[in-house]
Amino acid sequence: MANIALDDDTAVVVIGSGAGGGTLANELCQKGIKVVVLEAGARESAQTFQNDEWGSFGQLSWLDKRTTSGSWRVARDFSGLPAWICKTVGGSTTHWAGASLRIQEHEFKALTNYGKVEGANLLDWPLTLQDLEPYYDKAEKKMGVTRTNGIPGLPGNNNFKVMYDGAKKLGYKDCHTGRMAINSRNRDGRAHCRQLGFCFQGCKMDAKWSTMNSEIPMAEKTGNLDLRPKAQVVKIEHDKSGKVNAVVYADADGNLQKQMARVVCVAGNSIETPRLLLNSESSKHPDGLANSSGQVGRNYMRHMTGSVYATFDKPVHMWRGTTMTGIITDESRHDPARGFVGGYEMETLSLGLPFMAAFLDPGGWGRDFCRAMDNYANMAGMWLVGEDMPQENNRITAHASEKDQFGMPVPNVHFDDHPNDIAMREHAFGQGQAIYEAAGANQVYPVPPYPSTHNLGTCRMSAKSADGVVNGNGQAHDIDNLFISDGSQFTTGASENPTLTIVTLAIRQADYIAKQMSMKAI
Amino acid sequence: MKQTPVEVNAPVALTRRRFLKTGSGVLMGTLMATGGTLAALAPSRTWALTMSALTDAEGDKLLKVTRAIFPHDTLDDAVYALVVKDLDAAAAGDANVAKLLRAGLQDLDQRVSGDWASLDYLARENIVIKMAGTDFFEKIRGTSVVSLYNNEMAWAHFGYEGASYDKGGYFDRGFQDLNWLPDPDTNASPAKA
Repeated sequence: MANIALDDDTAVVVIGSGAGGGTLANELCQKGIKVVVLEAGARESAQTFQNDEWGSFGQLSWLDKRTTSGSWRVARDFSGLPAWICKTVGGSTTHWAGASLRIQEHEFKALTNYGKVEGANLLDWPLTLQDLEPYYDKAEKKMGVTRTNGIPGLPGNNNFKVMYDGAKKLGYKDCHTGRMAINSRNRDGRAHCRQLGFCFQGCKMDAKWSTMNSEIPMAEKTGNLDLRPKAQVVKIEHDKSGKVNAVVYADADGNLQKQMARVVCVAGNSIETPRLLLNSESSKHPDGLANSSGQVGRNYMRHMTGSVYATFDKPVHMWRGTTMTGIITDESRHDPARGFVGGYEMETLSLGLPFMAAFLDPGGWGRDFCRAMDNYANMAGMWLVGEDMPQENNRITAHASEKDQFGMPVPNVHFDDHPNDIAMREHAFGQGQAIYEAAGANQVYPVPPYPSTHNLGTCRMSAKSADGVVNGNGQAHDIDNLFISDGSQFTTGASENPTLTIVTLAIRQADYIAKQMSMKAI
Repeated sequence: MKQTPVEVNAPVALTRRRFLKTGSGVLMGTLMATGGTLAALAPSRTWALTMSALTDAEGDKLLKVTRAIFPHDTLDDAVYALVVKDLDAAAAGDANVAKLLRAGLQDLDQRVSGDWASLDYLARENIVIKMAGTDFFEKIRGTSVVSLYNNEMAWAHFGYEGASYDKGGYFDRGFQDLNWLPDPDTNASPAKA
């Protein structure tokens, strides 16, 4: 592992070690570039992960203070927890389910294909599926995605059997155990899945790809990585010319340090990334770094989500096995005849008893609640995830008065559902219910959104600098040596789980940064 | 945060009222289940929970309130006692919580102009339901939704199996054992490794 001096201004500083930051860091290290990764969380491992929902939640989650506003139900049910994302080496790739889907061609051109949608701030991505295909190939190979590169699909569990039966009876065509970055065979020095059922708690088999078990160890082997856990960045600084040149962070002991930098890449997930830019305001950038467009923090997307659980006369034991190994893709098409633009995926999901109690009906109690819980062993479940509309006023802002432990304003997450999101959710609830009724359900439970796991769009890509924060390479329109390297870049949300695309963009961005550095352009 | 199955002191006969120090009580009970996994988890059929802030009468009453908010008819009192244990700990750590709980219990008696705890369980439940939304109700609901379902006795009761890594996951232990629906075709669900 490299030991890069604080006053060394030749390295790339990457903030965050998740899907974007961890992948970018490894790709740069493989090219011989020195990288400092500043990660706010601690380093865990397969040995320290816990098969215990609440225990693991405390171990991995980002629990620093955040506030919420807006009409979304999460603001009521989980007012201090807008998002369920991680603060640990590997970021939210420790917690993710593994579903690895490419964004569809038409989704990259949302404005062109959906047309103007009132109240939505739709835009086409400044790149196409064809631009990304070679990088999607690399990402799928790197992550060992099932059903690509000759890797067999995972075996379906009981929860999948129920979904599959209902899907077939309803006439759905494309239902299978998914494209998953979870080993169905031993691969890459990592074991195959043993169907533990604790994908969200950090995979104790290391069968699930994460930057913690793949990218970061690989980067460390090059000798080019200086990984600093428990290093929480509070500010990015710039020189007189406006180029960023240093990153200020609180180290493990809470002391402020300043790391000089040649290039800064921000990958703190879509709440912390814009928060950091906003908190890095200066006389030259009074509205926050890279914010001449005023779009930093805006267009916050969190996917249209919801869940459907159903109880049957006989046992399902849905918690046994890979949590999200099951998908129906038929509804992910764009078909406005359904009453909304964009589409959604249906994916198997289960929660253990402790989290089922917390999430089945937040705030719930009484005989109906108890009846559902009494039938827990006979329950099947699915998650609904679809494209939500970017809206200018769905945004991350720096709180006016609340400060964190380092004196920086905490983020407020404001979200109002767009009518399109609501129409899509209603449709998805109806289809989910129909699937389970076809499979013989005696009771169906539509479940409102959990705290956001897919946080997107708050520093979006745009062809024109007035429309967004970064260009098609994730490079800030305003500052050449500042990059956004996480899901904040997404111009629109698409209907797919975003991690594969975040990794894909990071691989592509690494090529671009290396080229720009060798040309001395940055 | 996982709790031990049950807080068992030396088994205490339920009928014998032990002398208690002022302001602290012992909550006692006997497992309903005489066999099966739940009984096997408990070292003894009788259980006792030593409280540090609440009296035994208060503990007993809070247990009944918890049952009224989350009425699982066949779930053992020993599991509900774990909620009381957490409420007692919260009351011991914060005088305002102790005050809130005591005021709520008094409120119950006032609402029935008598001893709420002596009513039958449906009558008790009907009174508690009317308190939904109060701080007292929310404190107990919010504590219960974690404590009631995050312990091994509850898992045994509801059929949840908990940690699986130490047992090799479900790879050879029934992740595909559902037999009341046909198996998916192998393209959709390939054979396991």
